[in-house]
Amino acid sequence: MLTGNAAAAWGVRLANVDYIPAFPVTPQTEIIETLSKWINDGVMDAKFVTMDSEHSMITAAGAASATGARVFTATSSQGLVYGFEMLYTIAGWRVPLVMINVSRGLSSPITLEPDHNDILATRDTGFIQIHCEVCQEVMDSILIAYRLAEDERILLPVLVNMDGFHLSFTREPVELPIIEQVRKFLPAYKPNHAFFKASQPMAQGVAVLGGYAYSYFKYQMHLASKKAIEVYREVSEEFAELFGRTYNTVETYMADDAECLLIMTNSFTTMGKAAIERARARNIKAGLLRLRLVRPFPEADIIRFVKRAKAVAVLDQNISIGKGGIIYSDVASTLYNEKEKPVLLSFISGLGGKNISIEEFEFIFDSLVKAVDKGEISPPQLLYTEAELIEINRLKNIVGKEKHYKFESGD
Amino acid sequence: MVELIPIKSIKDIPFDENLFPGTPACAGCGGLLALRHCLKVLGKDIVIVNAAGCFTLLSIYPFTPFKNSWLYTAMACAPAGAQGIRDALDILIKKGKLDPKEDLKVVVLTGDGAAYDIGLASTSGAINRNLDFYYICYDNEAYGNTGFQWSGATPLASKTGTTQPGRLSPSGAEFFKKDLFEIWRSHKPPYLATISPSHPVDLHNKFKKAEQYKGPKLFINLSPCPPGWATEPSHSTILAKLAVDTGIWALKEAIYGDIKHTHIQKKFKSIEEYLKEQGRFTHLFKPQRQESVINKIQERVNKYWHSVQEYTK
Repeated sequence: MLTGNAAAAWGVRLANVDYIPAFPVTPQTEIIETLSKWINDGVMDAKFVTMDSEHSMITAAGAASATGARVFTATSSQGLVYGFEMLYTIAGWRVPLVMINVSRGLSSPITLEPDHNDILATRDTGFIQIHCEVCQEVMDSILIAYRLAEDERILLPVLVNMDGFHLSFTREPVELPIIEQVRKFLPAYKPNHAFFKASQPMAQGVAVLGGYAYSYFKYQMHLASKKAIEVYREVSEEFAELFGRTYNTVETYMADDAECLLIMTNSFTTMGKAAIERARARNIKAGLLRLRLVRPFPEADIIRFVKRAKAVAVLDQNISIGKGGIIYSDVASTLYNEKEKPVLLSFISGLGGKNISIEEFEFIFDSLVKAVDKGEISPPQLLYTEAELIEINRLKNIVGKEKHYKFESGD
Repeated sequence: MVELIPIKSIKDIPFDENLFPGTPACAGCGGLLALRHCLKVLGKDIVIVNAAGCFTLLSIYPFTPFKNSWLYTAMACAPAGAQGIRDALDILIKKGKLDPKEDLKVVVLTGDGAAYDIGLASTSGAINRNLDFYYICYDNEAYGNTGFQWSGATPLASKTGTTQPGRLSPSGAEFFKKDLFEIWRSHKPPYLATISPSHPVDLHNKFKKAEQYKGPKLFINLSPCPPGWATEPSHSTILAKLAVDTGIWALKEAIYGDIKHTHIQKKFKSIEEYLKEQGRFTHLFKPQRQESVINKIQERVNKYWHSVQEYTK
């Protein structure tokens, strides 16, 4: 039984990582504490250094990766956005760093519980993104991530994402693979492109003058990221052969005959799967699609499953203020030029770890059925239960705002 | 430790160049003059880790003026980049993945904006972690690459793009220059020194001395900046020397925190000689002479040297 954080640490240990620059941030800290202890106990041959910020940490990680070491680092939420500038920078260096983000809602208001505004803020940086539902997947994804990052057809850093608390601190059965098989799947890193050594001076990260040069390198990154879908399929097939666990770019649950399809990401998907079973009991042909690979966006695989459905709901645990759900926008643009496409509804819930209640899932499926049966298309919905409204009003009363609000609304 | 024999004359400086001409740096750049000398001592088996500043433009794809390796990071984090490279080289050599002959010295190269302001925390971290690296700060006393705006290194009364003398505020920059030497010295690094392009022998000997220490080896170079200081490009070395001769730029070193001045003059020239040479201080002399400001600068210099034991004894 391992927590998501412990599973992450095991993935790093199995990957035979050389270097770990770190900086503590809740709820990620257990990962770096575990690794630090292993290194100090001599069971892991790597160098560990606590940096002065996430900005420095990501820089050190990228620079070590550019020197030719296999590098890992981890962060969460505020830390991820504190180092934001360097995510773009080191992705541009084309270095094969693997990094974990333990999702946590962004300030303010400051909170500790998860949503995906942190990880999705980094979606345009050039990092490949793998989002996990369970602890086993966290460990396995780290091994897969190094294979992707170090592949000469890609050479982009990878972010593996898991939800804070719900995965990071939850113990689940995790099967540890045999080390020989890990070595077979993930051999030692031999850098052919980015390295520093005396016999071969190299200038990395240099400036360009002119948009034509800048555009060329950005296009190269985009094409490499798109190529990663094909490489991902190869790598995950190999992984399945060796370890018996299959990880497609998207995971489906009862989706083959689904008329009403729910799209989700990360650990709350487990609740989504339970909701699918309840919906099926109500004779709704419901199914679920979980996005595992979020960058590159697995468009072909999404289209393949989504086209079979009559109505699709995207449940975003993020909010692009002034627009709405981020994954919804990505799915919508993926489908736009398809001749036959289902109705696409948008729901937002689970921000800052907010529970997604049984009623909310029911509301989503009712909306989907209405769309299928009566052609009623509901506008994007911000989900919130009556019990939650009562509770927030109670808090507002304590600070004396509720009364004032009522007075104003009575005007 | 091998006994060091300091060089005595400019003729003893190695002839080999590790920095080639043809860079886009401004004519008379005091930073580039010093860097050329620094690289002569450091040799070619180094990797320069650069932060955003004028020298970022030295390496523009597909050209580089260096014989050595280079990594541009961002503005705040060159020391963190140096940490990553140093640690990676160490662990790769330890694990037998890299031939020890391939090892490199890691050299951070930043302007004063990065060193005094935005990168201060990452530098403090690297020094505190006793990172084995060199830091060369080319200090032209403002954000030069963006067109010369006020930085923490800007001296009192300097005109910059964001401290322009006006009717309400006729004196230019209103604060004294931040004392980075003392901030760095509080960490007690193995080696810390100020240098000047006008004193290449002193510079050379300091780098040679620093070489003996493992850990942070830090250098601050006063870098005359013709476009920012509004001076003649051909006067940069003269101006750098004048900064030393007036006592406003003290040449010194500190070994594990213990300071020694490497250049002491019996009598310093008046600060006015230095200020008058530069367009960034013309408002102190015309239309009206701002006597109190000039005195304030002179008093600060006097006070500094009165606190220096080697000078007062």
